Amino acid sequence: MLAPLFGTTTTVDALTFAIAAAIVLSGAIGVVVARNPVHSALMLVMTLFGVAVLFVEQQANFLAAVQVIVYAGAIVVLFLFVIMFLGVDREESLAKEPLRLQRPLAVGLVVLGLAGLFLMGFGAHWSVGTKSVAGPSLRQPGGDVAALGKSVFTTYLFAFEVTSALLVIAVVGAVVLARRPGGVLGETDPAPGAQSTAPDTDSDVTDPEAGADSEEVSR
Amino acid sequence: MSLGGGWYLGLAAVVFSIGALGLLVRRNVLVMLMCVELMLNAANLTFVTFSRMLNDIGGQAIVFFTLVVAAAEVVVGLGIVVAIFRRRRSATADDFHIMRG
Repeated sequence: MLAPLFGTTTTVDALTFAIAAAIVLSGAIGVVVARNPVHSALMLVMTLFGVAVLFVEQQANFLAAVQVIVYAGAIVVLFLFVIMFLGVDREESLAKEPLRLQRPLAVGLVVLGLAGLFLMGFGAHWSVGTKSVAGPSLRQPGGDVAALGKSVFTTYLFAFEVTSALLVIAVVGAVVLARRPGGVLGETDPAPGAQSTAPDTDSDVTDPEAGADSEEVSR
Repeated sequence: MSLGGGWYLGLAAVVFSIGALGLLVRRNVLVMLMCVELMLNAANLTFVTFSRMLNDIGGQAIVFFTLVVAAAEVVVGLGIVVAIFRRRRSATADDFHIMRG
């Protein structure tokens, strides 16, 4: 019954999937159980690389490259910057449970949701994809890069333009959040011995950390 | 013939659940944001799998946009974390009640 869903397979494909799935799962569990946030970030990198391998296995080569460059190269590095600058890379005790029954309830909720999802996936055909969609095909001359580019710049052009507006809003929001209330960075209540070297019109990547560094020296 | 899509969908469901579990039980805001990234990645994997199963490029285009939204979300989220850390000297979720209006 489930043969069309799980398919017939070759050994190489199955082996690649098994290894990548093991990497993804162990990385995901590591993110949750690691006590040190730096270890969590490194486990996240492992998961992202595993997902990139799964993308390549499904002929999404461009997305695999973007996944590695954007996620592992930009987002995780941003996480690590903030962890280092805030100095929160000390270990957190996982044994302490401030909210009573939080963990059993969370585990029960998640297991229930997962069971429901699997039951729905095995039982209903609409949830696992019936071939009734008539979008642009994946197999076009030029491979997935050409198909994706054509799709983004024709069908999804408006969404693409809105995306640029979203990025500008995020940059402005990060600058506004990271500067101090009332004035240039570091001019109000200057910490002893700390010089602020950061211009407040910098890009979003450097600005949150730049706002924190004068605090960091004074600690 | 490559591996059937059901395996990928199952794996994505499990990864999504692990991310949701981490979001519910962890108290460090940075780790909570990483768990959100896990959930977004699981959704991306689902989109790419459906894109291959249905032979439709739309799924991959949506993953492209999800990456952009994830980047914007992390930038703003970390900005909020830095702003709150400046007042409270810690970064646990309990410190965020100062955002109450």
